[in-house]
Amino acid sequence: MEPKPIALKVLDVISIILLGVATYLALVFAPTEAVMGQVQRVFYFHIGTAWVGLLGFLLAAGTGVAYLVTKDAKWDIIEVAAVEISLVFFLITIILGSIWARPVWNTWWTWDPRLTTAAITELIYIAYFMLREGIEDPDRRARFGAVYTLIGGVSAPITFMVIRLFRTIHPVIIGSGDPGAQGTFAMTGGMKVAFFFALFTFTVVFVDLFWNRIRMGNLAAKVEQLKLNVMQ
Amino acid sequence: MFFQETPPDTSIYMIAGYAVFFIVMAVYLLSLFIRSRNLKRDLTVLEDMQKEGNKPMKTKQKSVTQK
Repeated sequence: MEPKPIALKVLDVISIILLGVATYLALVFAPTEAVMGQVQRVFYFHIGTAWVGLLGFLLAAGTGVAYLVTKDAKWDIIEVAAVEISLVFFLITIILGSIWARPVWNTWWTWDPRLTTAAITELIYIAYFMLREGIEDPDRRARFGAVYTLIGGVSAPITFMVIRLFRTIHPVIIGSGDPGAQGTFAMTGGMKVAFFFALFTFTVVFVDLFWNRIRMGNLAAKVEQLKLNVMQ
Repeated sequence: MFFQETPPDTSIYMIAGYAVFFIVMAVYLLSLFIRSRNLKRDLTVLEDMQKEGNKPMKTKQKSVTQK
């Protein structure tokens, strides 16, 4: 395997530093919200992970199209990397949201449109890996995966837009939300700094993990090819 | 002003949230590391096997008798 590029090593270090700074801004720098108290600080990482989660699912849909058009295996590797990382980030989003909901909504979970679509999106992409595991032929697996991410990709914009289209208790922080939303708040200057820095940090962390995961995917493809050669 | 309440103490939820984030990230990074290490190991073994397979039959038989 080729040694890790210096640019990727630098990106690894930058990601760790940015994550440290983002944590400081969220936990120390940003002021405490007057109504919800300390739990509101979960919001910065909740939105940050949701942003890269949904971004990765859309990216996977894009790479799915690229695979179907070109039939180039590299798009399949990129697609798997995008889905896997987004699945992890989106799982964190859902758990953080649940933790925030307990003191604010007085429940860990409710079948609100946003929570429901988020759970469905997560399940769709868990099923994506189950589907892939069930297909042995690499070309067939890549083709099915590409079609699946293309269809599954529809769930990402639906999850994002649902709180802007339906009656919901989930707050909309940017843009106008449902008047019945519980736990909404106006961001002050310090909160905006922590919020936008968290968005930037998670974008960089995503790129870093994505690059690392693609390298691992390339290695896995090489091993799979060698296995076939050795068996023949 | 007299009726203004202090925010409720929800620190435990905040700590739980950030703990979950760092634990899940650590587990994922560990899984990436372990999978990469296993793949590198597999690659080395397979490359050795392929080299062995490419060797002429005579050499292969000799090495077996030598053992």
